Amino acid sequence: MTLRLDIALAHLTSRRRQTAVSLSGVVLGVAFFLAVSSLMRGSEKDFMKRLVDNSAHITVSDEYRAPREQPAELRWADGAIGISNVKPQTETRGIRGYRQKLEFIESLPGVRVAPVLVGSAAVVFAGRQEGITLSGVIPETLKGVSTIDDKIVEGSLDALAANPNGIVVGKGLADKFNVGLGRTVGVSTPNSAVRPMKVVGVFRTGISNYDDTQTFVLLKRAQVMLDRPNRVNRFILQLDDAYEARGVATRIERSIGYKSVSWQEASEDLVSVLMIRNIIMYSVVSAILVVASFGIYNTLSTIVMEKTRDIAIMKSMGFHARDVRVVFLLEGFIVGTIGSSLGLLIGVALMKVLSGIAIRVPGATEEIFLPVWWGAEQYLMAAAFALSSCLVAAYLPARKAGRVHPVDILRGAT
Amino acid sequence: MSVVLRAENLARRLEGEVPVTLVDGVSLEIERGQFVAIMGPSGSGKSSLLYLLGLLDVPTSGRVWLDGEDTSRYGEDELADRRLGKLGFVFQFHFLLAEFSVLDNVTLPMRRLGRLDDAAAQARGMEVLTRLGVGDQAKKRPHQLSGGQRQRVAIARALANDPLVILADEPTGNLDSASSANVQKILRDLAHEAGKTIVAVTHDGAFASAADQRIGLVDGRINNDWRPG
Repeated sequence: MTLRLDIALAHLTSRRRQTAVSLSGVVLGVAFFLAVSSLMRGSEKDFMKRLVDNSAHITVSDEYRAPREQPAELRWADGAIGISNVKPQTETRGIRGYRQKLEFIESLPGVRVAPVLVGSAAVVFAGRQEGITLSGVIPETLKGVSTIDDKIVEGSLDALAANPNGIVVGKGLADKFNVGLGRTVGVSTPNSAVRPMKVVGVFRTGISNYDDTQTFVLLKRAQVMLDRPNRVNRFILQLDDAYEARGVATRIERSIGYKSVSWQEASEDLVSVLMIRNIIMYSVVSAILVVASFGIYNTLSTIVMEKTRDIAIMKSMGFHARDVRVVFLLEGFIVGTIGSSLGLLIGVALMKVLSGIAIRVPGATEEIFLPVWWGAEQYLMAAAFALSSCLVAAYLPARKAGRVHPVDILRGAT
Repeated sequence: MSVVLRAENLARRLEGEVPVTLVDGVSLEIERGQFVAIMGPSGSGKSSLLYLLGLLDVPTSGRVWLDGEDTSRYGEDELADRRLGKLGFVFQFHFLLAEFSVLDNVTLPMRRLGRLDDAAAQARGMEVLTRLGVGDQAKKRPHQLSGGQRQRVAIARALANDPLVILADEPTGNLDSASSANVQKILRDLAHEAGKTIVAVTHDGAFASAADQRIGLVDGRINNDWRPG
């Protein structure tokens, strides 16, 4: 093998400039592949982490996926008379018998659950009025399923338990009304008059819409204000393993009947978009490497053309066609290996630079750094793709070289 | 003396719109240690016969025996192995690999054969080069040598694996008269002193006159009455 390697190296070094051009194509291809891939995968992972960490893994709401079947339909499934235009019974919205259903969900392994009553309300202060989302919660259980407690910048969520007329508001809302901890604001709902409530906590998530409109009060207080005694309309669930959410949601929905939506289902469109984005990204960066492999093909084809006599003389000496093929495949392998190694180094340097760039995402209140993923998988993918492109590019010239018939060349030699 | 190379009714035809017969029914025997010159007019099939005898080309019909082995049953790789171990080639042009030093060019066939380790191959390469008077050029590249020196290096490369037969195709065709005489002497000495069998195609009457046996070839057939004009 060393003999064939020596010949391969001799060929490559004899055409230094052309080899350098081919090599730089592979180096740039691998480096860009790595930089783009790390950014795309980084943003995807960052997005998924935010999705999984900041939202409920499963949300059970007081809705049904399909209209409930009527008792008469169940009793006379093959009846000659059909039932149509059934008007549902008017009843208080919310999950019926939520305590029993809550107990069932709590009995599932690896599941934490918080009952919530969500409704619309308005904050009234100093003659101004602003629409808000009012969530009635039990602070203790909410902390088990949400990261909101970590986002409190003033006061605490637990203060709600000590102060039944307390309210926790977002930083955006607090700034809008210029209210802080201990100030009293008026809160009105469609079913109640304006009720004075004391600000006992302020949170900031960085998501401006959420910080401007979301508020938390005690569950019992919300039930009174929204006129839904003993009702909740959401169960928010967090799982030990977020990726089991789809299966657990299906099981819950089958058991209690209410619509249970896993985070995967809720984000299906986004996940599809991410997948399409990845396909586009890998196609584009792979195209760079494919173009680079044409450079290698060109270099090796030129070498084969120039070295036809050498190939003929080697074969006349007793070299096998396989030896000659291996020489040219080795040339592709050498360019691929050196190109990939240098490309990986430059790619890592690019990633380092990218990870230091801070940007402000529209809608966010703080600067964030470009999310760069450092996973080993992408290095392997870049190197493997570059190497295979180089070997494929070397294969055709290698095959041609292996087919050189010495007599044809020696006869024509002048 | 034993027969080292034997051809029986050897023919080589090129198929095509106008079929061409290069070699037509040639039978011959060449004994070990003989210096044989193949002569004939241009286009008479001398080189084609040499390629067939050197297992570089496959006959359309007929057979070649090398060292008692019938080579007609061999495939491409087996023929290459026989060329590597038992034959050496010298061409009109030296065909040395430009990227390698003189010594590396000579050790190339030895490294491919793999009988000697690198150090032994280098030592043998130096020995052969010195015997041919170019030992002091070992580290140079082919382009730094004169035409005669290059051809001597090419002969050294042909001798690298200690072959039974050296096949030379117009080995002096591209040399001045002094270099030509030198190469002629080397080949004759290899036959008479080292016991190598030399089969050389030549146009050169003086070169042929030094041979033990002369084979005339006209229109692909043996014609020993042929004389250079």
